[in-house]
Amino acid sequence: MVLHKLKRMLSKLGAGCINKIWRLGAGGRLFWLTLISSGESFRRFRLTIREVYFTGVLSLIIILVSAFFVGMVLALQGYHTLQKYGSSEAIGVLVALALVRELGPVVTALLFAGRAGTAITAEIGLMKATEQLSAMEMMAVSPIARVIAPRFWAGVIAMPVLATLFSMVGILGGYLVAVPLIGVDAGAFWSQMQANVDWEYDILNGVFKSVVFGVACTMIALFEGYDAPPTAEGVSRATTRTVVTSSLAVLGLDFILTSFMIAV
Amino acid sequence: MANAIVEIQDLSFGYKGRLLHKGINMTFPKGKVVAIMGGSGSGKTTLLRLIGGQLKPTKGQVQVGGEVVHQQDREGIYRLRRKMGMLFQHGALFTDLSVFENVAFPMREHTNLPESMIRDLVLLKLNAVGLRGAHALMPTELSGGMARRVALARAIALDPSIIMYDEPFAGLDPISMAVICDLIRSLNDALGATSIIVTHDVEETFQFADYVYFVADGVVAAEGTPDDLRNSELPFVHQFVHGEKDGPVPFHYAAPEYHASLLRGAR
Ligand SMILES: Nc1ncnc2c1ncn2[C@@H]1O[C@H](COP(=O)(O)OP(=O)(O)OP(=O)(O)O)[C@@H](O)[C@H]1O
Ligand SMILES: [Mg+2]
Repeated sequence: MVLHKLKRMLSKLGAGCINKIWRLGAGGRLFWLTLISSGESFRRFRLTIREVYFTGVLSLIIILVSAFFVGMVLALQGYHTLQKYGSSEAIGVLVALALVRELGPVVTALLFAGRAGTAITAEIGLMKATEQLSAMEMMAVSPIARVIAPRFWAGVIAMPVLATLFSMVGILGGYLVAVPLIGVDAGAFWSQMQANVDWEYDILNGVFKSVVFGVACTMIALFEGYDAPPTAEGVSRATTRTVVTSSLAVLGLDFILTSFMIAV
Repeated sequence: MANAIVEIQDLSFGYKGRLLHKGINMTFPKGKVVAIMGGSGSGKTTLLRLIGGQLKPTKGQVQVGGEVVHQQDREGIYRLRRKMGMLFQHGALFTDLSVFENVAFPMREHTNLPESMIRDLVLLKLNAVGLRGAHALMPTELSGGMARRVALARAIALDPSIIMYDEPFAGLDPISMAVICDLIRSLNDALGATSIIVTHDVEETFQFADYVYFVADGVVAAEGTPDDLRNSELPFVHQFVHGEKDGPVPFHYAAPEYHASLLRGAR
């Protein structure tokens, strides 16, 4: 009896694993197809621009407002700790480094997955459910070149731009709390920041992270939509999976990337 | 047949092991209107997908213009599809594009026509289905029948030589139905196109089709010209043509015996 149950559990686990690996392969295949169809879609770059608007510009508000609050909270918390060691002028460095290296790329990616990723999944899933992708295929137009690739590149372009804006607005929020509110010296705030934030080591690495997150989040959203069962339930489940998988992927990738960047 | 433009030979196909088609043979001669009829779920839409190369046959083959569809690579399939137009059962209009842009879509993708020419052509096609006035609407603003007519205009946008219609009459009022019937016939005769029509509408179809295939149980159960079939003695054809409840065609999807499953509790 127990043996039987154990066997059932094991086989369920195995089936789950196989399914996951299968999906990973299918996702990789879609990624590859997207890359080789990209030339075709670059020739009509207007489509990508349009998607940059839908994924990027429409995510601006939520990104900027969040950035502002994150920056203000960072300054409050940072000041609280730093003043104990008598180095409250370092607050500018703390805010800037935290944002540029970590919070900018990561929080932007998490918000992007919730705001733009879900929209992409739902849109592609519904296009599939209503046979729009099939119809496109029958018109000898590749849905990967016409629908998937423009959205992919739009996400990859939008993410670093959004992350950069996030960091900038976050620093502004931090400044407003630290300087006018708490009374840290403005000169010290900016000059310390300038002296201690490295262009290559901090800023470029941060941008690199957000490019990787852009590839991961957009591809996951596209794959979930493309792979969704063509029903209302299927699409809604796929949308949920987009958020869960993207968030985990971003946090996991962040750890891997950071450990490489710090080791180098 | 020498002038067959689409030919289905000994075709078998099934989703997930359950065979849906079991050795189907059909011929679609150039310039003719051929209807495929059969009960709901008998695999008519699937048959169109097989002709369009969206599914691979389990056995047998489909030839379009003498080329075997499932042996083509992507390029080859796209080349064949550029000769085809397909009206989907549920329209399948692109919901992010206006009616005008939907009809213009294949032109923009496959031709380099100047904008003024595209405009004229699109309005011409929309006029043919009686919806020129609706060109600025979005698909969500259309009724079901209107959406299907726009989809028809899109299917014929590039004057294809093979046109597949999946239930073109469903959801149309009698007037639109007569217009669409005429349209299909005149497209066929004017362009020399070949039409494949999937439909349930016996009366309408018998009036204008050149040849009719009946599918049932995965095989061609009967075929012939409308006149042949009207006088046919086959019980199956008789039942279908006269819409009788009792006869060889089952209404139910294959299932265990009703009483038995009630007793066992539904599963
Ligand atoms: N993608 C699919 N996966 C699995 N089974 C499918 C799929 N599409 C259709 N089927 C099954 O194949 C059978 C035939 O479907 P098809 O859509 O070809 O029928 P049809 O003849 O067009 O019916 P209708 O007249 O109602 O449109 C149905 O029993 C359906 O359950
Ligand atoms: Mg059908």
